[in-house]
Amino acid sequence: MIISLVISVAIISLISVFLALLMVIADATIGNYGIVTVNINDGTKEFEVKGGMPLLSTLTAQGVFIPSACGGRGSCGLCKVQVISGVGDYLPTELPFIPPEEREQNIRLSCQIKVKQDMSIKIPEELFNVREYQTHVEKIRDLTHDIKEVTLRLAEGDTITPKAGQYVQFVVPEYADLDESVYRAYSVASPPDDNTRVELEIRLVPNGICTTYVHTILKEGDPVTINGPYGDFYVRDTDRPMICIAGGSGMAPIKSIILDMKNKGSTRKVTYFFGARTKRDLFLLDEMYALEKELDNFTFVPALSEPTEEDKWEGEVGLITDVVRRLSGDAANSEAYLCGSPGMIDACIAVLSDLHMPEEHIYYDKF
Amino acid sequence: MPSQVSAFAVFFASIFTSNILLTNYLGMCSFLAVSKEMKTSVGLGAAVTFVLAVTTPLNWLVYQYLLIPFNLEYLRFIVFIIVIAAFVQLTEMTLERYSEPLYQALGIFLPLITVNCAILGASLFMVIREYTFITSLLFGIGSGIGWFLAIVAMSGIRTKLRTAKIPPALEGPGITLIIAGFMAMAFMGFSGMIAVS
Repeated sequence: MIISLVISVAIISLISVFLALLMVIADATIGNYGIVTVNINDGTKEFEVKGGMPLLSTLTAQGVFIPSACGGRGSCGLCKVQVISGVGDYLPTELPFIPPEEREQNIRLSCQIKVKQDMSIKIPEELFNVREYQTHVEKIRDLTHDIKEVTLRLAEGDTITPKAGQYVQFVVPEYADLDESVYRAYSVASPPDDNTRVELEIRLVPNGICTTYVHTILKEGDPVTINGPYGDFYVRDTDRPMICIAGGSGMAPIKSIILDMKNKGSTRKVTYFFGARTKRDLFLLDEMYALEKELDNFTFVPALSEPTEEDKWEGEVGLITDVVRRLSGDAANSEAYLCGSPGMIDACIAVLSDLHMPEEHIYYDKF
Repeated sequence: MPSQVSAFAVFFASIFTSNILLTNYLGMCSFLAVSKEMKTSVGLGAAVTFVLAVTTPLNWLVYQYLLIPFNLEYLRFIVFIIVIAAFVQLTEMTLERYSEPLYQALGIFLPLITVNCAILGASLFMVIREYTFITSLLFGIGSGIGWFLAIVAMSGIRTKLRTAKIPPALEGPGITLIIAGFMAMAFMGFSGMIAVS
């Protein structure tokens, strides 16, 4: 009896060990692509790596961060990179994310393709600026009943230089039922010159992984890892009057933009429409009114869509789109910067188009 | 009874009368999921045929020369599965390295196949029916071709379905299962030709 047990265990182990050995050998021979060179932007950066890994993780290991929300599972479609040479045809896992016009330029999902030979790729120049930062929470304060302002202080001597309006990714560590760290994007609310800290405005989303973490677990002094800055939502260098529209925590990038204009002594005309439902959803009003006094050409227009009796609200009332329509004249020569929910942004784009604003002058950040 | 059936009869029977998908309903999950597009169906069908053609005789060798001598027949489930998994993994790595076009066509389906019950099913049938090595080889190839035919036929039908009016509740897997049922009945028409069990 015992002997037969031992034999069966031995045989199973023997088969497993043999197969495992086979895999190890295969990994070292078939799976070994040797050292390959990755060339970024015609030699701006070049490095040698061990081949066989996905492009996204190869780049991350070299300190080049490509924005990605799913962490390489091929489900978000954000980690697009233009590949000049050194890659095969499109994989079926990439196709759903790549429209035909991008196929002509060989835009690929960097998490799906593997570096198997010398490869040359093109990425936007500003991604070189992107890296990981170790920070700690300096301050958490309540802006409203469901929005917290989190100030992250960078490590001693470290600096970050986002453009006003860009975002960073907040790495949520494993907690409760979350068994792998994830990251979520938040706009930077502090101005770019304030380069040793990052202010984020985070609204509690029911069951949100990151927002729940920030609102219930995170406390002052805790370490936080972020990476960034990312995004093409930043002020274009023109003289056109600006219309900024934000809802809720969409305040963050707009606040950064306006503080940046103040620091640079810009005299551009800006009208900032800030929408909320009731008075308890409004925040940073004092700061904004103070800025209005300091800056000659800045007008701040808070508006409530459903003011209650006790709000005693005397400002603008109505959906933010109606307020914009009512107060802005012809917008053909203006530029717009929008930050808020997809529904709000789509509605605003429709209104601005009615006011003759060309679509290419409308910049937005949907969340 | 098993030994009386010739290897070629088994080969044809496994394609038509005892089609592993339509008479045994094995390998349904990838059949339902992948039969939407003709191109992917052909890819998956070819990959299944290849893996069946190799793993069935491979498992025959393992069974005859490793399990039977030590009276370990009862371990065949687990042993067959790890042999299949290791083989599929090795094939995927080889394809990825040496044949870009083949990897494009078959490679991405291989991980799906490890858990395709038709593959394990064929190895287990071969044991129950006491096939010889040659018969097992032909049975593996035949089962693969049968599976290939079934999924390609299904994807052909599903291409037509795109323009058909289907009650909302039956869209997707619902109507596919019903069609698979009809196809199974159609294949029953072959059953008078050769009998293999």
